[in-house]
Amino acid sequence: MQQAIFIILALLTLGAALMTVITRNLLRAALWLVATFFGIAAIFILLRAEFLAVAQILVYVGAISTLIIFAIMLSRGIMDPDQVRFNGQWGVVGGFAALLFVVLAVIVTRVPWPAAAGGAPVGDAPADAIARLGAAFVGPYAIPFEVASVLLVVAMIGAIIIARERE
Amino acid sequence: MLSQYAFIGIFAVIAFALPVIGLVLSWLIRPKKSNPAKTTTYECGMETIGDTWVQFKAQYYLYALIFVVFDVEAIFVFPWAVAYNKLGLYALVEMALFIAILLGGLLYAWRKKALEWH
Repeated sequence: MQQAIFIILALLTLGAALMTVITRNLLRAALWLVATFFGIAAIFILLRAEFLAVAQILVYVGAISTLIIFAIMLSRGIMDPDQVRFNGQWGVVGGFAALLFVVLAVIVTRVPWPAAAGGAPVGDAPADAIARLGAAFVGPYAIPFEVASVLLVVAMIGAIIIARERE
Repeated sequence: MLSQYAFIGIFAVIAFALPVIGLVLSWLIRPKKSNPAKTTTYECGMETIGDTWVQFKAQYYLYALIFVVFDVEAIFVFPWAVAYNKLGLYALVEMALFIAILLGGLLYAWRKKALEWH
């Protein structure tokens, strides 16, 4: 049953991802990307990573996709049907994408995953998993936690400087 | 736990199916007689003026980016809030520091008039 659900979700996610890449209209590609994000969130739930699924929907579906769609709306002539689909960098980008695929494939096949090795089936996450995560933020990971805040502020200030430079 | 998510799955399927059924039904039963006047683009009953795809202001992007920053902040605050009862004063101080740094960023955006509409 769970495997059937996984296969359906994987097909939906992969199909949406494929449409993101092959559709000609950039705005439609962004909307297909949103569908891909939803599929990934569903797979997170299947992996019993509820918090990751909620974060995925809140951040990627809610915020990042808005950002991408705004970026498309800001670009001049991006909806021109005569827009060329490839620029001079497509070969380099294709090479790096292939390299990333090879690296990920090596990781997936070489890492001894506990579930794949016929180990004990992974049970539900402990009920207090999110509380433990919160305690870890302010406990052993306090410094990375505060650094994350600084990183967010740096991103915000950088964006303001770049966006206001033109005026 | 997983079986409870089946309800969300059922809701998602129904929510997706309803508009598809409506569109397919209207496509099936509508008369297919088209003419150039019917396929023109209109806006509030009027012909559109200029191109539909116009370039929007960069201000939108700034709003969206500040929204992303505070969205990610909320993700960090949620687990802390769940664990709040078990944590001491130290955790409260740390979260206050976390939010204070981000408030500094908000203050900067405010001072630079990034929140105002030009």
